[in-house]
Amino acid sequence: MSTTIYVSGDASALAVGADRVARAIAGQASRNSIDVRIVRNGSRGMFWLEPLVEVATPAGRIAYGPVLEKDVEGLFAGGFLNGGAHARKLGNVEEIAYFAKQERLTFARVGLTDPLSLDDYRAHGGLAGLSRALELAPADIVKIVTESGLRGRGGAAFPAGIKWNTALGAQGSQKYIVCNADEGDSGTFSDRMLMEGDPFVLIEGMIIAGLAVGATQGYVYLRCEYPHAHKALNAALATAYANKVLGDDVLGSGKRFDLEVRLGAGAYICGEETSLLDSLEGKRGQVRAKPPLPAISGLFGQPTIINNVITLASVPIILDRGAEYYRDFGMGRSRGTLPLQLAGNIKHGGLVEKAFGLTLRELLYDYGGGSATGRPIRAVQVGGPLGAYLPESQFDTPIDYEAFAAIKGMLGHGGIVAFDDSVDMVQQARFAMEFCAIESCGKCTPCRIGSTRGVEVIDRIIADHSRAMNTTLLRDLCDTMINGSLCALGGLTPFPVLSALEHFPEDFSREAPLPLSAVGGG
Amino acid sequence: MRRAAEQIPLKVLPQGAPGLSPEQRSAVRAALDANLGAAGALLPILHAVQDALGYVPEAAVPVIAHDLNLSRAEVHGMLSFYHYFRTQPSGNHIIYLCRAEACQSMGARELEAHVRQRLGVDFHETTADGEFTLEPVYCLGNCACAPSIMVDKTLHGRVDAERFEALLVEAAEASK
Repeated sequence: MSTTIYVSGDASALAVGADRVARAIAGQASRNSIDVRIVRNGSRGMFWLEPLVEVATPAGRIAYGPVLEKDVEGLFAGGFLNGGAHARKLGNVEEIAYFAKQERLTFARVGLTDPLSLDDYRAHGGLAGLSRALELAPADIVKIVTESGLRGRGGAAFPAGIKWNTALGAQGSQKYIVCNADEGDSGTFSDRMLMEGDPFVLIEGMIIAGLAVGATQGYVYLRCEYPHAHKALNAALATAYANKVLGDDVLGSGKRFDLEVRLGAGAYICGEETSLLDSLEGKRGQVRAKPPLPAISGLFGQPTIINNVITLASVPIILDRGAEYYRDFGMGRSRGTLPLQLAGNIKHGGLVEKAFGLTLRELLYDYGGGSATGRPIRAVQVGGPLGAYLPESQFDTPIDYEAFAAIKGMLGHGGIVAFDDSVDMVQQARFAMEFCAIESCGKCTPCRIGSTRGVEVIDRIIADHSRAMNTTLLRDLCDTMINGSLCALGGLTPFPVLSALEHFPEDFSREAPLPLSAVGGG
Repeated sequence: MRRAAEQIPLKVLPQGAPGLSPEQRSAVRAALDANLGAAGALLPILHAVQDALGYVPEAAVPVIAHDLNLSRAEVHGMLSFYHYFRTQPSGNHIIYLCRAEACQSMGARELEAHVRQRLGVDFHETTADGEFTLEPVYCLGNCACAPSIMVDKTLHGRVDAERFEALLVEAAEASK
């Protein structure tokens, strides 16, 4: 009898050698005439254990990790095909505390199934949400999404149901569903993991959105830095078309929905919804003034729903299990679950999907296990390059949109980047401005010019040139950017800068490392 | 204002696509033919040209502009806006080094200094032997296994100076 072995095909697993391990297992099995079936699943999201190898046994899926190529011979010798002992043995994968304590709704199948098998997808609850949606009137689908309390997971946290309702009521000759898969925030990888590990759930969510507002064409705008996700999505699309999940007769309903993946080209700003739409139209990704809202006049001037990957991928389970089921998770106005991403200098980096309400400290220490270097965690940036740097005194903040807004932070897309005490916060503040200068679309002055001036002012502070005056100037510049920018790039870049200044002032008053002439200040 | 194609005097039509080699001309033609019917076709067309040729030659701009009924400035504007597109050939391999925060927290600044010094080039430059082009990138989505580098389309995590050395050897062998 054939034994099924799972070796993740997730990009992060590949980045640490999963392909080599899979090849070594296949080679060893073939040399010994052992019948194995190797499934390239998504990642369970425990990246410090990758490459993770799971073996299907009568006692469940037994995990070994991190497995190196050189461990493979020993694994066979130890009888790992029957869950045998080995130094790398972790036990039943679903009983590993990090995994067992999670509440996986959106990520229910990621790591569990073969990402490109539609049969596997169906066998694990896939397409149940779409089947339900096909029985409902568009307004009823929108009502369920509204009642679930689902808010946009891309960062802005706008209620999905309200956006959908606007698009439903808008008139247009062709409505569109656009998935924002331009996951550019450092410290985030949940979109990538989902697209690689369970691409059908995104497709299903987009079809449901199409049924809800009367859109028949969808686009996934994917960043070109994700070649593995691109491959997985295109393979899933082909399967979905071949099995009449997509096309002119969705699951035999006579309804149409077409879907296409479009690649971005390395512009962070295209994660902003209106510049993404311009990019999709074949233009420079420049931000549009709002109104009009995209739900009324979006892609090619037509009513368009534009949502993040995780937002759309959360819709199938809401349709399948009902609005109440989803809404019962969470706290305050943050309902459901958020796939959080532990990244950077953290011992146990990975994906933690939990209901809103746990604290940052629980994430960093109970899940994350502290820093990777073993030194104290000094600062944490939550919400990507536009998110505030939080000091230890704010680690008890609950994961909740409003609680983060109250401390001038933001949850954003749920990325959490930890830094140990070797971090130089003035350099982090400088980088925030530098990044904004590189990625600004150039449309509005506070962002385009302000970010460059910001780098210069911080360089003068580092060089101890009129420090008090330049610090005042920096705050003033931040104020202009916050209040005068057209979109979140210019408007939020000051938050990492100001939070660094606020919480880590000592880093801004150290002895100057270089004379001013060396940094070009005047 | 965009002009309709038929209003352009025939003599300025870039029919011969001067400056493009026959191979480049057919790659640009294929990219256009495969995407012309699509909505918002310019982005996929530029990708297709770069996939085929490794870059988008300046001489392709008037050809693409003509077929899409756009001005040359609009096509040039696309090429200059998006960091990924290049108008000059790269080395045999492109090394994308992540400069973003998660990688910084695990030593990407030091790695960056090492890589520049080791290759003897700055960002956007190619080594003298034509082997490697160094490009910055802002997040590869591998933030739990930082620092990250992508060589062409292969992602590598937990990269330090020693691992970087091994990547150079692997890449050089692959291009032999």
